[in-house]
Amino acid sequence: MSMILTWAITAAQMLLGLALACSAFRLVRGPRAQDRVVGFDSLYVNAMLLLLVFGIRSGTTLYFEAALMVALLGFVSTMALAKFLLRGEVIE
Amino acid sequence: MNEGSEIPVFSAVLTATLLVGGAAITLIGSIGLLRLRSFYERVHAPTLGTTLGTACVALASMIYFSALARRPLLHELVILVFVTVTTPISLVILVRAAVFRDDYENERNSPRRAESEPR
Repeated sequence: MSMILTWAITAAQMLLGLALACSAFRLVRGPRAQDRVVGFDSLYVNAMLLLLVFGIRSGTTLYFEAALMVALLGFVSTMALAKFLLRGEVIE
Repeated sequence: MNEGSEIPVFSAVLTATLLVGGAAITLIGSIGLLRLRSFYERVHAPTLGTTLGTACVALASMIYFSALARRPLLHELVILVFVTVTTPISLVILVRAAVFRDDYENERNSPRRAESEPR
């Protein structure tokens, strides 16, 4: 029974790692700035999901708070970057 | 895996299914981000993928920790609601920024220019 969960967690971590690699590729090779921002947005959500899966693997609720912090700061930084692309400055 | 053997079989199977499904959906979204051609096509794929993937993984986490503690633990609902609310907002702001930049540089693939020109 525990075997199912162990294999599922390993598979989920591998799939999320691949997703992270795709986003990182778009972040590094994006032809324009907005592509890089979309890649970054996808990257932090994937990293947050990886933290959640790692929390299930270790059995502690500690990683939930780290994931929440990643989600909050990632949204704020995406907003700041998009605002910068739109206006040329973050706080006007 | 230290405490995985304690939770019942039904919860374990449900958690495993949701975990693998959510991770696969997220991967599909990220592959879409990698493979689609223009920016306006690319921006949709990770938005859809990460919203559904986050829902699945957060549900799996909730089910696992509830089964482990034998009482409902709904922490991950916060992440779920937050990601579901914020992802479309960042999509809209980013696309608005991209349209502004494409208009400014008067590029060929700008959606406004494509509207005004005959096909």
